Amino acid sequence: MERFIELRGISKIYDGEKVLDNIDLDIHDKEFITLLGPSGCGKTTTLRIIAGFVTPDEGNVYFNGQEVSEVPPYKRPVNTVFQRYALFPHLNVFENVAFALRLRKTPKAEVEKRVREMLELVRLESFAKRGIDKLSGGQQQRVAIARALISRPKCLLLDEPLAALDAKLRKDMQVELRRIQRETGITFIFVTHDQEEALSMSDTVVVMANGRIQQIGSPIDIYNEPQNAFVADFIGESNILDGVMLADRRCRFARTNFDCLDAGFAPNEPVDIVIRPEDVDVVPPERGMLRGTVTAVTFKGVHYEIIVDIDGFKWMIQSTDFVAAGENIGLYIEPDAIHVMKKSEFSGMFGDYSTFSDEMDEENAANELPSDGEAEN
Amino acid sequence: MTGAAQGGKAPSLAARRERTSLGVKLLNAPYLLWSVIFIVVPILMVVFYAFSETASYYAISFSAGGQEYSCELPAGEGEEALTLEEAKEKAAERYGVALSEAEFTRATLEIRSGGFTLENLRQVWSPSSRHAMLLSFLYSFAATAISLVIAYPFAYVLSRSGAKSQRIQMLLIMLPMWMNMLVRTYSWQQILENNGIINKVFAFFGLGQATMLGTPGAVILGMVYNYLPYMILPIYTVMSKIDVSLLEAADDLGCNGFQKLCRLILPLSVPGVISGLIMVFVPSISTFYISQKMSNGMIKLVGDLIESKIKDQWGSGGLNVGAAMSLVLMVIILVCTFVMNRFSDEDGGGMVV
Repeated sequence: MERFIELRGISKIYDGEKVLDNIDLDIHDKEFITLLGPSGCGKTTTLRIIAGFVTPDEGNVYFNGQEVSEVPPYKRPVNTVFQRYALFPHLNVFENVAFALRLRKTPKAEVEKRVREMLELVRLESFAKRGIDKLSGGQQQRVAIARALISRPKCLLLDEPLAALDAKLRKDMQVELRRIQRETGITFIFVTHDQEEALSMSDTVVVMANGRIQQIGSPIDIYNEPQNAFVADFIGESNILDGVMLADRRCRFARTNFDCLDAGFAPNEPVDIVIRPEDVDVVPPERGMLRGTVTAVTFKGVHYEIIVDIDGFKWMIQSTDFVAAGENIGLYIEPDAIHVMKKSEFSGMFGDYSTFSDEMDEENAANELPSDGEAEN
Repeated sequence: MTGAAQGGKAPSLAARRERTSLGVKLLNAPYLLWSVIFIVVPILMVVFYAFSETASYYAISFSAGGQEYSCELPAGEGEEALTLEEAKEKAAERYGVALSEAEFTRATLEIRSGGFTLENLRQVWSPSSRHAMLLSFLYSFAATAISLVIAYPFAYVLSRSGAKSQRIQMLLIMLPMWMNMLVRTYSWQQILENNGIINKVFAFFGLGQATMLGTPGAVILGMVYNYLPYMILPIYTVMSKIDVSLLEAADDLGCNGFQKLCRLILPLSVPGVISGLIMVFVPSISTFYISQKMSNGMIKLVGDLIESKIKDQWGSGGLNVGAAMSLVLMVIILVCTFVMNRFSDEDGGGMVV
């Protein structure tokens, strides 16, 4: 894959606050890349810099090796799908999609043909004459995609496009977006705060926090090999413990020594240890490497979510076997379940499950998004 | 069991809804009363006077040669007005009786009112009032057009400027409106007078005197000056509601500034423009004070005509003709409003009127 867009040393300051701090990013041709992070991490600003709506204070953006800081948005080979779609309320579906072509005085027959093609691509053929306010959120979304794709951009920028949709529709649209990306064969840069969305759709995930890129990698890499406590906590569920690397492939945490697969740390270097809830086996106490008391059990459908208190640290474990609250159990951890990370600015910020963070996550999500009602208007 | 529970619940819910709606009605009552007394009743009165007559006449009875005669003669107006003596003479003449032989038993000026007539409406179509209507229409049309040309770019710039500067500019627009309109118009009269400020400045530079007061331009200036804020505000309201992301989307799809104006801002601001047109046109076409002051009474618009008719002496029928003119004006305004509203979107999100 060819390198298509490059960001080099991008910084942006709003009101004295550095929202982007020295961002370097390569985006390849035909790639589905996702900028993932909590609200205020700078992902939307990054997208807007690529689109040309925002000029960075430092650093340069290159398209195919060409510096583009003087190039206005409409001359860049990218188009944007806006968070709340930004469809033109005075035009119907057909005219919204045709907008870019009408500006260029494209012959009527070609407009007709290309709009039909686009509506077919987003499966809205029969809605051409429909008014925008007579469409559901998902349909508006697809009109926005068709409108952005009609001028055949090399890259589509999507700013939280699924945020205003309900959960079921969001799943459908994820599949739909992947299909559209494959069919058009162009680069998609997708911004979201939803880690599940990012993992299930992307070729490459860019995890951002505090205006910096925390990790770039495939969804599998990001999940299995998080580079710091922030990534580990933000992507999926994880138990993050303070630990020490005793030697290569030997670490200590929770007052116990474990074998692991990681190497290359200094002897006795303090580290963060990540253990995913699904990688822990529940065993009888006498066979356990760690022992603790179950404090809460929640049925989640496929599995039980079990909170275990081990020396005051609350572990989360996912198991298909039922255990009762108050029961003493043992935990068995395979060497490949242990992931060791270097200490970072995020160490100690994310710990155990003594308080559920779900509520906080939802709040973050809500802050970031306009309410559905607004989007419908 | 559940059915019974629901059955027990339903009436209480309904009762509660009824109570709230009664409460709402009570809250609404003062407004309703107000509109009936000050809107509905006056309109009905206008309609009543427009279609009824008020006429003064001489009721004259006399006897001559043992026969009794009686008749009614219209008192007439202006140059046609009859004195009592003339009326007696006319009455005698009508019956072929010599005035000296007539012995008058009754000769009084009476006023008759309330009878149905279309005479008032016929008078609205008289040349002088037709002329006034035409002038009103032309002047208010010009004033509305000029206001739009001034207000539209201004509202656009206003809606796109920073929050603080928007507040200051709004204040500057509203500030003159804190002063009475009569006072403001009167000061314009002082400015435009033959020995007013402008002419003094002209004189200082050795330029000739310009007669401004009394020209149509002065009247139109008065209208534009007084009603411009009513054009700016609705357009500004609609424009400031245009989502920034729509403008960004237009940028993204390749619009230059001019295309953005034509394809996006103009169509989206139509409801505000319609509101503004109505809010300037309606008071302009019915004004009388502005035309009076700015033309020194030389230009008579339909408002002035209505005013002078209504000020006529009671019994001359002026009130009825004035009412008829008002009614016709009202119908014209309603028709214009209706036609203009047809051009705005059915949702009319930005409608202020």
